Amino acid sequence: MSMAADERNARAPWALTAPALMLFVGVLLIPLAMTVMLSFHDWGQYKGIEPVFILKNWHEIATDPYYAEMFWRTFRIAILTTLLTALLGAPEAYILNRMDGRWKSFFLLVILGPLLISVVARTLGWALLFGGNNGLVNKLLMSAGVIRSPIPFMFTETGMVIALAHVMMPFMVLSVWAALQRLDPQIENAAMSLGAGPVTIIRRIIMPQIMPGVLSGAIIVFSLSASAFATPAIIGGRRLKVAATLAYDEFLNTLNWPLGAAVATLLLVALVLIVVGSNALIERRYAEVFR
Amino acid sequence: MAYLELEGVAKQFGAQTVVDDFSLSVGKGEFISFLGPSGCGKTTTLQMIAGFLDPTRGAIRLEGKDLTAIHPAKRGLGIVFQSYALFPHMTAAENVAFGLEMRNVPRAERAERVRDALAMVGLAGYEDRHPRRMSGGQQQRVALARALVIKPSVLLLDEPLSNLDAKLREGMQIELRQIQRTIGTTTILVTHDQNEAMSLSDRIVVMSQGKIEQIGTPQETYEKPASAFVSQFLGKTNDFAATIDRAATPARVIAGSWSAPAPVGLSGPVTVSIRPERIGFGDAGLNATIVTRIFQGNHWLFQCDSECGPAIVIRQNDGERQPAEGEAVHLAWRPEDMSVRGGV
Ligand SMILES: Nc1ncnc2c1ncn2[C@@H]1O[C@H](COP(=O)(O)OP(=O)(O)O)[C@@H](O)[C@H]1O
Ligand SMILES: [Mg+2]
Repeated sequence: MSMAADERNARAPWALTAPALMLFVGVLLIPLAMTVMLSFHDWGQYKGIEPVFILKNWHEIATDPYYAEMFWRTFRIAILTTLLTALLGAPEAYILNRMDGRWKSFFLLVILGPLLISVVARTLGWALLFGGNNGLVNKLLMSAGVIRSPIPFMFTETGMVIALAHVMMPFMVLSVWAALQRLDPQIENAAMSLGAGPVTIIRRIIMPQIMPGVLSGAIIVFSLSASAFATPAIIGGRRLKVAATLAYDEFLNTLNWPLGAAVATLLLVALVLIVVGSNALIERRYAEVFR
Repeated sequence: MAYLELEGVAKQFGAQTVVDDFSLSVGKGEFISFLGPSGCGKTTTLQMIAGFLDPTRGAIRLEGKDLTAIHPAKRGLGIVFQSYALFPHMTAAENVAFGLEMRNVPRAERAERVRDALAMVGLAGYEDRHPRRMSGGQQQRVALARALVIKPSVLLLDEPLSNLDAKLREGMQIELRQIQRTIGTTTILVTHDQNEAMSLSDRIVVMSQGKIEQIGTPQETYEKPASAFVSQFLGKTNDFAATIDRAATPARVIAGSWSAPAPVGLSGPVTVSIRPERIGFGDAGLNATIVTRIFQGNHWLFQCDSECGPAIVIRQNDGERQPAEGEAVHLAWRPEDMSVRGGV
């Protein structure tokens, strides 16, 4: 092969990926870099944004306990949502996987449902279900004697966790489902022939093998819940803020863009660290199952 | 006498009958093969014995006790699956130990039995490997050790060697037979490979479309096939259309220009079937010409065009002169080497 052809071949991958690469740089990297830069700028009620380099915003976030509480709330909601989806989603996927073909596709659609419905309609639906003294769920629980006074839903973390868990469920179910597909179809029979009962089969054979699926589902659910905007905005409004709604408020209501940028950057960095870290841990822990 | 007994066992999936009227009695320590083409119901039958499927009809008994009434987890059978179905998150030793753990075998005894079982299948030193880091042959051995370590009353093997390459398969066949002889476990092997069935088993159950075609020793099924299906399935064979002439005395069976004294019973049009290695080239017999002649080391394979249609002949490479391609020959065989069936 000639030299020219060699060079052309070496350049071809770059040329072919250039459009996508430019799009990636243009719409993701540049705005991201600008947001990070913005977080170091100054802002005043009357002077607006001043393009200087100061640590004022970062200092404020680090010292004002309001931000610590708000970030802690954000991650608490994300963790509880993740736990709830794992607790319900993993058994759900297992049951779904054992269903007959026709029922399987029907219930898969039911599970994917939340993704197909507008966040506003979905969240309002939940609010109606609880809805103070007259909501269906509260009435039911109260008449059954489980609770004495209605569970408040609007402007509460409980409400956010329930509504978020609902919409995040498909990600958990599909992730566990994918892990279940990798199982040997005879694995339960094999365990049974060796004398294992149903509980032992689930605990010793199925769970360890779908754990990677549960954990990767958990990473997706956690990061999406921690950065979720619409659901917390509708349920929490401006009374109960999480990181995403706070950043939004700083940008659009207070107009303190630099502070909003600092909140957004911190959320992004924290999420990236958590996701990359736990992913590495999972891959190391479950090396033999993944291979 | 009968250790494991199947009586009129049938299995239906909806309207489809997959196994029908399956009756077999297996002696203690016997090695039985279920042999048949893919989809003939071998796995289904095995799974009914294992208890993963319930028979639609019929009875399965082990030492006289009704096996179908016992939960699969309590049957105490050892099963090796076609896919091995090893537990990928456990090491080889943990896989083998699982059945002992379920039986609450004390830790020290467990460790010893696991070590012995792995040594028996030639995997000493592989205790801490995970299945995905082992070759197909090694995984197969772990599966065998896992099934045998619980000292099963019956060992069920579902095409255990079909995922191995030809050379490994042959080695494993010999080993499997040796292990089975040593420990004397009653064994049922499912296979679609007639060589495997013949070289391993005491008796073969030839199956087709859910029904038993023949039960017999490997030699019986090969040399006295009960049906056209059995003779075709167990290696190469020649089926010639022939007639039995009862008018002649003594009665004769005639195929083209070959004839011999007829066996008693049949008359009219029949099929005679002869294994290719039992046909010789003689001075008289079925007229044929050699179409192709293939050298295969220890034997020659001839494809001939005979009066009664295509024929194959296998001759030992014993140094004698063999006919060349295009040569006219006469095919002859001893009457006792053929089997005669009614109909064409
Ligand atoms: N669960 C099932 N439902 C319906 N049909 C089945 C089922 N399992 C097996 N079959 C059918 O039963 C027949 C025999 O299957 P199987 O016993 O697996 O054959 P083999 O092991 O001899 O290849 C096949 O035609 C197969 O399609
Ligand atoms: Mg099969």
